Amino acid sequence: MPKFVLLWTDVSMWLLMAAVLAYVRFILVRPNLRTNWRKVFIDAPALCSSLVLVLCLLVTLLDSLHYRPLLPPAPGVANAPAAYDPRTRSVLDAGLWRLVESREATYSRPLSYVGFTKESIEVDGVVQRVAPRLKFGGAHLKDPATQWLPDIARLVATGLATGAVLAAVLSLAFLAVLARAQRRPLADCARDVWQQQTQVPWRAALGMLWLLALLGGAAAALAGPYHLMGTDTTGNDVLYQSLKSIRTAFVIGTLATVATLPLAVVLGIMAGYFKGWVDEVIQYVYTVLSSVPNVLLIAACVLMVQVFLDKNPELFETGAERADLKLFLLCVVLGLTGWAGLCRLLRGESLKLRELEYVQAANAFGVSHTRIMLRHIFPNVAHLMLIVTVLEFSALILYEAVLSYVGVGVDPSMNSFGGMINTARGEMSRDPVVWWSFASAFGFMVALVLAANLFADGVRDAFDPRARTFRVRLAPKKARGA
Amino acid sequence: MSGYLLRRIVYGALILLGVNLFTFFLFFTVNTPDDMARLNLGGKRVTQQAVEKWKVERGYDKPLYFNDKAQGSAQVTDTIFWERSVSLFALKFGRADSESAGDIGHEVAGRMWVSLQMALPLFILQVIASTAFALLLVMFRHSRLDFWGVVSCVLMLSISSLFYIIVGQYLFSRVLKLAPISGYAPGLDAIKFLVLPIGLSLLARIGGEARLFRAMFLEEISKDYVRTARAKGLAEQVVLFRHVLRNALIPIITSAGGYLPYVFMGSLVFENFFGLPGLGAYVIEAIGKQDFAIVRTMVFLGSLLYIATFVLIDLAYTWADPRVRLG
Repeated sequence: MPKFVLLWTDVSMWLLMAAVLAYVRFILVRPNLRTNWRKVFIDAPALCSSLVLVLCLLVTLLDSLHYRPLLPPAPGVANAPAAYDPRTRSVLDAGLWRLVESREATYSRPLSYVGFTKESIEVDGVVQRVAPRLKFGGAHLKDPATQWLPDIARLVATGLATGAVLAAVLSLAFLAVLARAQRRPLADCARDVWQQQTQVPWRAALGMLWLLALLGGAAAALAGPYHLMGTDTTGNDVLYQSLKSIRTAFVIGTLATVATLPLAVVLGIMAGYFKGWVDEVIQYVYTVLSSVPNVLLIAACVLMVQVFLDKNPELFETGAERADLKLFLLCVVLGLTGWAGLCRLLRGESLKLRELEYVQAANAFGVSHTRIMLRHIFPNVAHLMLIVTVLEFSALILYEAVLSYVGVGVDPSMNSFGGMINTARGEMSRDPVVWWSFASAFGFMVALVLAANLFADGVRDAFDPRARTFRVRLAPKKARGA
Repeated sequence: MSGYLLRRIVYGALILLGVNLFTFFLFFTVNTPDDMARLNLGGKRVTQQAVEKWKVERGYDKPLYFNDKAQGSAQVTDTIFWERSVSLFALKFGRADSESAGDIGHEVAGRMWVSLQMALPLFILQVIASTAFALLLVMFRHSRLDFWGVVSCVLMLSISSLFYIIVGQYLFSRVLKLAPISGYAPGLDAIKFLVLPIGLSLLARIGGEARLFRAMFLEEISKDYVRTARAKGLAEQVVLFRHVLRNALIPIITSAGGYLPYVFMGSLVFENFFGLPGLGAYVIEAIGKQDFAIVRTMVFLGSLLYIATFVLIDLAYTWADPRVRLG
């Protein structure tokens, strides 16, 4: 039985998941919320990007179950106490254990079967400068020069086929569910979806599903016998690092925004509702906080966190726990320094709401202040909270990279996009250039941030009646010709 | 007007005081000077003498708020709080924490101009470029140009500024050899070192800005006065430039001015990457060396800039829109 390790961010992520599920239940019983969320998913980009986000969330959650495997008992020692691996693993690691294990000596190009740097090797009694074969990447090839290309083609083909089968099964299952819900024959439903006659743009979503399945299938097939994105300076698989970085980005994006909420909501509503000196004090506090340039404020706080961790080494057992605690504290710092914007917004909204008739009526009936704020003000500013939370998510992922660059981000031992970019900086100045770490970080990060941005736009359009973002729509062909 | 300015200055001073108290609390109460000394000298095996010596050298051995050993006004002035926090208001920054770094005031005075050389052209060019791009999109609204323009804006704002820096440096400095990789030279030579960071910085920010401005312009364009202007036969360009641009200035000023302080401080990654010896690079070095004195000073300077900018924004409002009265 392995020993489960409860990391701070793991617990928070799972609690957050529970909260999200509770919110989904809440949506289902509230017709007005349901209409709004329906509006989000009517937007095709938002619907497609939510698929990407769900996929990233899945990776994050798999990577948020940590344990230390039981080591086999030492030979010859009877009744030894159970010993656990000092390295903490997650379920994702276990799934990708092949990638973790297949460690090369140093750099290698994506899909390559030889190393990046040449070495002096004795071939048939003559010392030659050649690039050595990799230990794992393409190790199954006997004559790589001729077999490599057909092998790659075969792997891509099988991968694409697997992906297509998976996507076909999922699409059919989805269509069946849709047909059942609408009580119509499946063929009719499929035709409607294909001809874009449905209110929710299911065709776009299914297209995205196919794209993801095909890409994922090909990637999974290639990642088996090769290093799909190459290896880094210590020979670690870059694809694995990128997948691990998704969790770091996701944790920062979600936990840090959630950490801003308590202060922003409580203080913002209080300032708007009570006015007078409460308002003055709260305004003063958030002006002070927002007047310090953000990077500096965070840097100052993170330096203090470092001193704190230095002083209290008893708080963590392993390096992973230390890195995780640092990540958690970074999220707290980001939360405590970033609530001013939302607070200002909520204060303004509450100022307006408190003058409305229903609040005054509640007041006249002698409802207590706390209850008015809870029952009458809060539900009416909740949509702002949601919009800002979703918008902040992508901003924070981008921010993490900058903070890691400055040196106040996540622990260097933890995989993160910021860390990858940081090392890529040196690699890009090598000759010949080592571009794959950088490209990998770039691809994953852009996909994640772009999806988050598109989703956030959808949420904002659906929930804020006044925000007119003026989405671009091409005018219909006929109208343009006129 | 003068009454308004006076009030803003007093409130600004109050905020600065708050910032100072906050940083002082963070740097001296949450963590004591002893902790800082240990971290700075390295590790746990530091003798108490070394810590004491370190503190004496930097004047951190004095009492925090109140010195009961001193006489008269020295009871208040001969403390860490007075020397390290109150004296910032007189722009006396003291010496840096680490051994090699010297007087902070001297460094700041020198580096300020480098930062300004980067920040000022960047700010002006950015406002012009974003406005021009947004106006172009609005001019051809609902066309292919608009559609793909906005799509590329969304794509560009989803890319971290670090990517622009790394790719830009690789492309323009290493492959095309159009600009020096990094470094700085005073005088007119500075231009060739500044072109690339400024250009890349522009590129990194234009996506978000242009999209925001486009929305603002479209908001204006749906108003009645625009219809009237068109109805009296004005050309679309005239409507856009003379009427819409003029009226959209207020939100543009708010949004552009909002990060004027960040342009100054926020180009720190760019400065560091391209080896420009400005304030931003100074901050990153200080964070790397865990030099708390420099970080504290920069926090103070940053908020000073922020407050000054907001007064400037208010003044700009009155210029952009004569209906706005400060008072």
